[in-house]
Amino acid sequence: MTTIEAPRTPVRPAPKRGVNLEKWGWIYMRVSGVVLIVLIFTHLFVNLMLGDGVKAIDFGFVGGKWADPFWQWWDVAMLWLALIHGANGMRTIVNDYTKPGTAQKLLKLALFLAAAVLIVLGTLVVFTFDPCPAGAPADLLPSFCAA
Amino acid sequence: MPESSAGTLTAPEKPAKQKPGGTLYRGREGMWSWVLHRITGVAIFFFLLVHILDTALVRVSPEAYNAVIGTYQTPIMGLGEVALVGAIVFHALNGLRIILVDFWTWATRHQKVLFWIVIALWVVTMLAFTPRHLINVFSH
Ligand code: HEM
Ligand code: HEM
Repeated sequence: MTTIEAPRTPVRPAPKRGVNLEKWGWIYMRVSGVVLIVLIFTHLFVNLMLGDGVKAIDFGFVGGKWADPFWQWWDVAMLWLALIHGANGMRTIVNDYTKPGTAQKLLKLALFLAAAVLIVLGTLVVFTFDPCPAGAPADLLPSFCAA
Repeated sequence: MPESSAGTLTAPEKPAKQKPGGTLYRGREGMWSWVLHRITGVAIFFFLLVHILDTALVRVSPEAYNAVIGTYQTPIMGLGEVALVGAIVFHALNGLRIILVDFWTWATRHQKVLFWIVIALWVVTMLAFTPRHLINVFSH
């Protein structure tokens, strides 16, 4: 006979003192999820539905959007919230399908590094973006570069 | 719903052949919503990794960015984008369902109905999105 624990048997009781990181992770998934609906649905609507949709996207399109701090911050918020939400969700899945040990640690390290590197990269890209790089053919640039 | 008061469940050494759907969960709405939520979450995560890299090409050169974003505009990728949007819309709507089920007892009791509402809203959203997107991809 194998005994299966009752569903609500606490495996490791939550720490009585200090912050309960798993609880805050759980809350984060829900709060970020609600905010991401607005951020991502708008992102998809603006980039895929308005005008000619995906056909209209090129360097000039991005230059036009990021000329406005509103869309810069929009994209940075989306970047941070989505990557942390996704990486934390992937951590849950790693916990479900691997047993504690080196492989599990390596997988979580890989998730952490991927999220950290891309958050830094994506944030830098938005704020160091130059819509009118010198020497680029004018027809590839946003129209305001000519002025 | 049968209330089980037993503190522990005992499983026989050799489980008897089980009918799928023999439990309240297996093979039912609750299971499929979980499976789909997990698969779509993983798919979106990997898309996002690639998507941040392709967007980063705006820091390389206009030519490099345009070359890669041009592949988003091909018919095959256009169909892929329908799949991606389908995955996001499901994950988002079902995410809301999960949150409601967590915090609101009415929703906990009616999680099955909520699953079908998620499916219905998904169908409506995709009917609004897909034709317009495919017209953009396949014309011009
Ligand atoms: C086929 C669908 C998509 C297309 C065509 C698309 C297109 C674009 C474009 C053109 C940009 C440049 C800036 C801007 O327009 O705001 C961008 C940036 C971005 N997109 Fe998307 N996107 C798509 C789906 C998504 C999805 C599903 C997510 C979230 C999971 C997402 C997250 C982001 C983020 C975080 C950035 C900013 C990247 C950075 O900071 O460097 N996109 N996208
Ligand atoms: C559009 C808005 C979104 C909402 C409302 C949402 C909501 C949720 C919720 C409520 C959970 C469950 C967490 C739990 O069970 O504790 C979850 C899990 C997850 N989400 Fe999202 N999410 C959204 C966007 C995203 C995005 C953009 C990604 C990828 C970058 C993503 C990837 C994941 C993954 C991998 C999981 C774990 C799935 C599992 O444990 O089976 N989600 N999401």
